[in-house]
Amino acid sequence: MSAASEHAEAKVPLWNNPRVRALVSQTLLIAVLAWAFWTIFQNTVHNLEQRKIASGFGFLSTTAGFGINQVLFLEYTEASSYGKAFLAGLLNTLVLSFIGIIFATILGFIIGIMRLSHNWVISKLAAGYVEFFRNIPLLLQIFVWYNVVLKPLPGPRQSLEVAGVFINNRGVYSPKPLFTDAWWFVVFAFIAGLIGTWAVARWARKRQMETGQPFPVGWTALGLIIGLPLATYFIVSLVAGNPVHFDYPELKGFNYRGGMRIIPEFVAMLLALSIYTAAFIGEIVRAGIQAVSHGQTEAALALGLTRGQMLRLVVIPQAMRVIIPPLTSQYLNLTKNSSLAVAIAYPDLVAVGGTILNQTGQAIEIIGLWMLIYLSLSLATSAFMNWYNAKMRLVER
Amino acid sequence: MKRTLLSIALGAAVSVAAVTAASAGTLQDVKAKGFVQCGVSQGLPGFSNPDDKGNWTGIDVDLCRAVAAAIFGDANKVKFTPLSAKERFTALQSGEIDLLSRNTTWTATRDTALGLNFAGVNYYDGQGFMVRKSLGVTSAMQLNGAAICTNTGTTTELNVADFFRSHKMQYEVVAFEKADEVVKAYDEGRCDVYTTDRSGLAAQRLKLKNPDEHIVLPEIISKEPLGPVVRQGDDQWFDLVKWTLFAMVNAEELGVTSKNVDEMKKSNNPAIKRLRGVEGNFGENLGVSNAWAYNIIKQVGNYGESYDRNVGPKTPLGLARGLNALWNKGGIMYAPPIR
Amino acid sequence: MTEKQHKISFYRTEMLPPKPPPPATTGVLGWMRENLFSNWWNTILTFIGLYIIWLIVSNFVQFAILDAVWEGKDRNACLPKNGVEVGACWAFVRARFNQFMFGFYPVAEQWRVNLTYLVGIILLIPMLIPSVPWKRLNGILLLVAFPIFAYLMLYGAPSLNLPIVETTRWGGLLLTLVIAITGIVTSLPLGVLLALGRQSKMPVVRLVSIIFIEFWRGVPLITVLFMSSVMLPLFLPEGVTLDKVVRPLVGVALFSAAYMAEVVRGGLQAIPKGQYEGAMALGLTYWQMMRLVILPQALKMVIPGIVNTFIGLFKDTSLVSIIGLMDLLGIVQSALADAKWSTPTTAPTAYLFLALTYWFFCFGMSRYSIFMENYLHTGHKR
Repeated sequence: MSAASEHAEAKVPLWNNPRVRALVSQTLLIAVLAWAFWTIFQNTVHNLEQRKIASGFGFLSTTAGFGINQVLFLEYTEASSYGKAFLAGLLNTLVLSFIGIIFATILGFIIGIMRLSHNWVISKLAAGYVEFFRNIPLLLQIFVWYNVVLKPLPGPRQSLEVAGVFINNRGVYSPKPLFTDAWWFVVFAFIAGLIGTWAVARWARKRQMETGQPFPVGWTALGLIIGLPLATYFIVSLVAGNPVHFDYPELKGFNYRGGMRIIPEFVAMLLALSIYTAAFIGEIVRAGIQAVSHGQTEAALALGLTRGQMLRLVVIPQAMRVIIPPLTSQYLNLTKNSSLAVAIAYPDLVAVGGTILNQTGQAIEIIGLWMLIYLSLSLATSAFMNWYNAKMRLVER
Repeated sequence: MKRTLLSIALGAAVSVAAVTAASAGTLQDVKAKGFVQCGVSQGLPGFSNPDDKGNWTGIDVDLCRAVAAAIFGDANKVKFTPLSAKERFTALQSGEIDLLSRNTTWTATRDTALGLNFAGVNYYDGQGFMVRKSLGVTSAMQLNGAAICTNTGTTTELNVADFFRSHKMQYEVVAFEKADEVVKAYDEGRCDVYTTDRSGLAAQRLKLKNPDEHIVLPEIISKEPLGPVVRQGDDQWFDLVKWTLFAMVNAEELGVTSKNVDEMKKSNNPAIKRLRGVEGNFGENLGVSNAWAYNIIKQVGNYGESYDRNVGPKTPLGLARGLNALWNKGGIMYAPPIR
Repeated sequence: MTEKQHKISFYRTEMLPPKPPPPATTGVLGWMRENLFSNWWNTILTFIGLYIIWLIVSNFVQFAILDAVWEGKDRNACLPKNGVEVGACWAFVRARFNQFMFGFYPVAEQWRVNLTYLVGIILLIPMLIPSVPWKRLNGILLLVAFPIFAYLMLYGAPSLNLPIVETTRWGGLLLTLVIAITGIVTSLPLGVLLALGRQSKMPVVRLVSIIFIEFWRGVPLITVLFMSSVMLPLFLPEGVTLDKVVRPLVGVALFSAAYMAEVVRGGLQAIPKGQYEGAMALGLTYWQMMRLVILPQALKMVIPGIVNTFIGLFKDTSLVSIIGLMDLLGIVQSALADAKWSTPTTAPTAYLFLALTYWFFCFGMSRYSIFMENYLHTGHKR
């Protein structure tokens, strides 16, 4: 035994021992990487000193001095700090991505379902949509929406008007609702409706489990979530006067003032992002639904489920298991693609960051911040995906 | 097989990274490689603009050529690197270019904190506003609430914010990365106002569909001295660029042009003799030949010629000399004497 | 005789010939009934769909062909005639076509570009057809010899009597192809290494690969491009500068290597464990096993994925126009600023031209990817 192992040890030279080799090559890798990073670090420090560029994040608290044409949820003026400008850019990115995701999902599901339609024309139309939009660079699509569709709109003085909403080449102006304190009653009614629906659904499921009696949860939910706030609204209006007033946009000087405004850059980005991403989501939805085996639908119908029940209870839950992971990565792609806003002057994270970069010369800090933010978004998404996959994994016997 | 691949990879890596030997000075480097690498704009008529075939013209380009003429006696030994506003300083700092001549405003931050040196002013400018005539606006004070198109990352973006803030007026800024985008957006009506340096307004106006439908408002809201920039800490190169510009201005003051510079050899004016390199050792003190100024004037022309050819009243830009006239003709263009 | 006796029978001895199906369920009519007009709802959908298609096609034909202007020297040709807007201003695209294809590449030297294209195509076509032999030689020629050839031809080599053409003069479709192809050629080996690293048993190697891959996949390309154009110069030692075109190439290559690694990993994971074990039992070293057994199978399996990554990369090259390179999109955008051609239809025409060009390339590649998918699929059928 010991003789044999001695024999083996004698026969395998040190450099052929897999463990030693692994150790050596990994040490080598670490050394090379450390050397590379150290060189880069040294070079950078040297270059920064040479060029007298200050480093650090101190600049974030100095006055920005430039304007941003879409600031949401913040009070930003030219006198605010660079840090606040950056934050405004981040919020613009998030808002654009959030709304883009909603639009892309709706459109994508429509396209995916159209693609599976038995109607030949409809299915080919959806296929054409997918093949057209996903084979053209997104940046080009953004330019087309911005330069070809939105810029030729009339100027402010010749605005198109649709039901109090003005559309011109400066954006879309709609009346802005202003709420009095009494509005809170309506909000409370809405929250109560949500809680009520949740309770009813719970109760109904329990009852169905025990007695087999279904309960029309859908209609009850509708009544609670929409009916209750509506009723409250009317009561409040009668008692305390209308809780909602509108601030209407008015043409003053060059442009409309007041009201709510959506800038054309936002509209162009939203259109381009959701239409482009919808092409990919459509394919994901189609693949997901097709992945549910035909036997499942047949079995469901054989059990006497209605078509709606079959879709809701059998097909969609299984399709979602296939759809959600690639869908999440499309959401992430959309968020990352929103960085192309810099091309058409929508003040997103990258555009505002670029301006700060220009004004301060703090390239490393700004690019580092960009990457940090996008990386955390992407890591959060993968964390969600892992959690979801674990939750949805088929539990087999 | 592996070895060939490795050697190819190494060869490619070396060929893409142009390694310039640890430099004694920019001038020596430039002489060694045989041309001046000059950073210019991505296209601003009158200042630095490529034609259909990629040939560059403009007042900033002339300065680059003049430096090449001073060093090599050949104004064509220059290569141009088009740069965006964002890239320009990094490109100079990193040694990618030797000289930045890209309508760049001389400011305290740039001169000190960014490690740069401004070698002079080749165009005195100021920021202005352009609007459509049909708006009926006659003064910048009437611009309350206007949408303004501008370039991002420039002093103009900050000036316009200051202007509106100090006059308590509202505005909406739409800031684009590229000058072409700004013009297009303004032309399509995205903005009421287009703001940049007044020379830039005159240049970009040519890119509008109907230049006659637009006017430049009288207000000048800032000082924008534009000039060539070099790296800090290389005095010899700094001197050469500075005196190249001075030579062009001095030549105009002395009446020496590209046409008469040969005849001027006979001139008895000692100032002209010094400029011509007949007297004194001024070229050699700068590290170039004594015919440096002669070469500049012969091949590029004096400041006035360059001005008239690129931006003057007879060009499409049609800019009057104004501040840029010589000091003895009502302007502030003034060069120290060569002596 | 007996036959006559049995003549009257109460059951049928001969089957009736089968009747043809009702005409309404076969042929074109039947197909239409089944697929287009099966019920009133379906019928409405069909008509709505047809109407949409009609709108798209008729407007497209009207704009791009019937009303289009093909000849002209400047914008006067494309301005509205008697108050009626004209269609596509193809005259503009024609006038600038050379620039769109080659950028500012000197006209006298453009044969070099065309020759490079030709050689590339000649090498590429046999590579793409699965049944053509000598794949190994072909691959080496395409991935090693061709890049060197292309570099010499495009950039130039004074010793070969080819004047140098600065990369600042490269532009248009040429630059787009250079960036996309360099990206794919460099990212493929890098991606394979990273994928192997991610599968490695050595923890450090695995960790480094995972961090690298997830980092590049987590950030948008545009920040990578900004990094390579603004930050890269700071990383290099003093006096070393990178060419303006090479800088984004570094970014693009690293970025697509991460995506490529994930594609290759899919292939590696699909190889049955028996293949690894068999190779090791034969006494092959790790690299022999990978080179001779695993990678040939894995790479073949992921060809569609590689092509899809390439499509993505090809589309993404348009982003370099944001950092000021004159790729196809960039040069068309800058041509649009030319007042000589500013008309209401110039921009739509230019964008239509761009869309068709990009679409032609991407759609072609995606068809090839689908073809390979089917081809490989049948190969594995038992």
